[in-house]
Amino acid sequence: MTRKTFRQSLSRFWVGNAVPVMFVVLIAFAIPLSRFSANYLVGEVITRLGRDSFLVFSLLIPIMAGMGLNFGMVLGAMAGQIGIILVTNWGMTGVGGLFVAMAVGTPLAILLGWAAGIVMNHAKGREMVTSLILGYFINGVYQLVVLYIMGKIIPISNSAIVLSRGYGIRNAIDLKTMRQSLDRLIPLKIDGIQIPVATFVVIALLCLFIWWFGKTKLGHDMRAVGQDMKVAEEAGIKVERTRIIAIIISTVLACYGQIIFLQNIGTLNTYNSHDQTATFAVAALLIGGASVARASIPNVFIGVILFHTMFVVSPTAGKQLMGSAMIGEYFRVFVSYGVIALSIVLYAWKRVKEREQSRSSLRGDQDL
Amino acid sequence: MSEQEPLLELKGITKEYYGNRVLTDVCFNLRRGEILGLVGENGAGKSTLMNILFGMSVISETGGYNGEVCLEGTTVNFQSPFDALAAGIGMVHQEFSLIPGFTATENILLNGEVLHDNIVTKVFGPRMKTLDFPAMRAIAKNSIDLLGVNISPDTLVAEMPVGHKQFTELAREIHRPEMKVLVLDEPTAVLTESEAQVLLTSLRRLADTGIGIIFITHRLQEIFDVCNRIVILRDGKVVREVATTDTTMPQVAELMVGRDLSGHAAASTEYDAATETILAVEHLWVDMPGETVRDVSFDVHKGEVFGIGGLAGQGKLGIPNGIMGLYAAGGKVRLHDKDVPLNEPAAPLAAGMAFVSEDRRGVGLLLEEALDWNIAFTAMQAQNKFMRPLLGGLIKWRDDRAIRDLAQKYVKALDIKCTDTNQPAQELSGGNQQKVCLAKAFAVEPDVLFVSEPTRGIDVGAKSLVLDALRSYNRDKGTTIVMISSELEELRSICDRIAIVDEGRIAGILPPTASAKDFGLLMIGRRTHEQEAVNNHD
Repeated sequence: MTRKTFRQSLSRFWVGNAVPVMFVVLIAFAIPLSRFSANYLVGEVITRLGRDSFLVFSLLIPIMAGMGLNFGMVLGAMAGQIGIILVTNWGMTGVGGLFVAMAVGTPLAILLGWAAGIVMNHAKGREMVTSLILGYFINGVYQLVVLYIMGKIIPISNSAIVLSRGYGIRNAIDLKTMRQSLDRLIPLKIDGIQIPVATFVVIALLCLFIWWFGKTKLGHDMRAVGQDMKVAEEAGIKVERTRIIAIIISTVLACYGQIIFLQNIGTLNTYNSHDQTATFAVAALLIGGASVARASIPNVFIGVILFHTMFVVSPTAGKQLMGSAMIGEYFRVFVSYGVIALSIVLYAWKRVKEREQSRSSLRGDQDL
Repeated sequence: MSEQEPLLELKGITKEYYGNRVLTDVCFNLRRGEILGLVGENGAGKSTLMNILFGMSVISETGGYNGEVCLEGTTVNFQSPFDALAAGIGMVHQEFSLIPGFTATENILLNGEVLHDNIVTKVFGPRMKTLDFPAMRAIAKNSIDLLGVNISPDTLVAEMPVGHKQFTELAREIHRPEMKVLVLDEPTAVLTESEAQVLLTSLRRLADTGIGIIFITHRLQEIFDVCNRIVILRDGKVVREVATTDTTMPQVAELMVGRDLSGHAAASTEYDAATETILAVEHLWVDMPGETVRDVSFDVHKGEVFGIGGLAGQGKLGIPNGIMGLYAAGGKVRLHDKDVPLNEPAAPLAAGMAFVSEDRRGVGLLLEEALDWNIAFTAMQAQNKFMRPLLGGLIKWRDDRAIRDLAQKYVKALDIKCTDTNQPAQELSGGNQQKVCLAKAFAVEPDVLFVSEPTRGIDVGAKSLVLDALRSYNRDKGTTIVMISSELEELRSICDRIAIVDEGRIAGILPPTASAKDFGLLMIGRRTHEQEAVNNHD
């Protein structure tokens, strides 16, 4: 009996943490292969923690509200990019420019999030695939805006960002005035590693917000809605409204997250920067041990550290192992999608098991 | 007590659904501190009555009701369950309405949390208020203590035993200070006997605080244990309102199911108990949501019509669904002394059993396909009938002509009203759809045919046609039929023996000539010695 329960608890731990454990093992192999110095690796991971954590955080609230992984966060990313483009056009610089970009992006993100929330309310139980396709659709609208409307309808005066034909935005925009303006706002270097202190402060504030939000009536309602919409509805909670708010918050956070991401990178690839945003954020969160239905603040940090360590080491590890950096490059994309697919399947499988488990008392003797 | 103003009064409640009268002039009242037992068969009108009391939208959507509901002397007409709740009427449902990942406290105060203001509230509105967990915990604890049970307010619902979940539901209703009337719909259905006893004690305690309780249960013993008065509903009318001390359980059982039996000749049983056993079911359990079968054993003799009855939700529907492999099941099923594997829908079909499902439109028919396809489908899939081998059996080709001939045969034999055999099944009326389902099962030519609720949702004329078709099929082909139905009269009119299922177990097996009282007693979960004897005899 005790052996059985030990096996059960071991298998439960494995099912719950299979993905992070696998990654720790993988990275443990890859780091020596890559021959990177510890100093370099730590520096890279710290930079990426500042760059990506905020984006990953934007996924937490929809998960709390039972809407799964919000692939529609790219909507927010696009809103943020429009903010950045306009701010660049207006010639604003530095941290001030970033804040104006956020201010411009916010109403857009709210609007897009509200629309996405309404669509997802019509697709209850299929939010993830709906949000994924919605992301592709809005991408088309975004391209129309950036390629045609900007310069034709929205006046764009900065010739550095406009295509030579007079309208439409160039493929790449140099954000040199805003580049790492937040990261270096409070300069700190330890052992040659640049620490983005201000960015970390912003992220810490966000953590605090998410922790506090969970204790508000709205956050509490979201948890209730996330676990059982029917029960929540019967208790008088406005389920659909609550879900829309969850998506709006997620979209707005993704907008800010993308702006923080871009200021760190320093260039905006107008048509590509948001392509992999959702995929990588989702993969990072899942690698951190989150599931479709459960994610916490530690999941975000563990996920970003593991995912990006792998990101950094895999091209060189691939080169050492196979003689080609492309192998590693290919590997990390393959891994991101693989992890997402694996997590979704594991989750569905777990749900079936749980349902059987919860009804086990209604069943007769299984050994018969 | 009698001079006291009633807490809740129902006056002449009448309700029709699409011209079908389900409640006729229902009058009764509930006093403070009283527990009133409400009993009746399925379809007696209990749930409609409760829907009216709670202002469920289904009532106003179907044209409202006549009569008056008075709460403390004022007429009320609730537009939604929230209005009813605000006025002090609470309900505990048979199914749990709890959030599994929340603690008892969080569930008890769901959407009624104690909130604190903070700076953000001013800007973003009241939903940004923070929760006051210590205060919530105190309220929850108070409410649980009032029930006299020992549940920690911090336990997650998912980790509670079933009984504690039921108490948590109850605590949620009574934590409101304005609570006056509490309705409990089969609260003990999921409880063990000792848990049920604790619940009854809690109810008594609650009533003593001045709350009026309406207690709906099919376990008459519990009514007699705890209720002051009993209201018996049958066919939408109050047939009796009586103090518990002035009546007996057999009387109530008889009033509950008893109908005028004239005109329903009980089945003429040519069946001979000595014939061989064709189907033996031993310790069957079936996990069918809402119709759980716990432990069922019975034998069916060759050539008989075996009826299975009982109240809704007691598990009678689970029996055929489990045997036919549609829901997770365990135990032993033997046909012709050979084991039939469970949980594999193809196996029972191959062994020679067929099933006419109660879910006609979902499981029974391919709604968008033609009649002939529907009729031939199971035979084609399970038995390779109506297939022509081509290329030495490498490819199997559908034999459309044979399928059409088959369909025409059954259209004629069962008098299916249709334009032709190409008509899609969804265009037929309910009664004719049911005949198509029967034809589909007949085409398999089974040794044992399960028929589940064959007359549900079809009109009276079609009902007798369906029953006649079953009876003559049984007589002409000697096919053994197991018929499951909620309508006792229907079972009594065609079955040779009738088993009554109660709480997932067979309460007893009776001949169709047994009295309504005996059937009633079985349905309410009370065995008498005679019925035990019948069981042993089998």
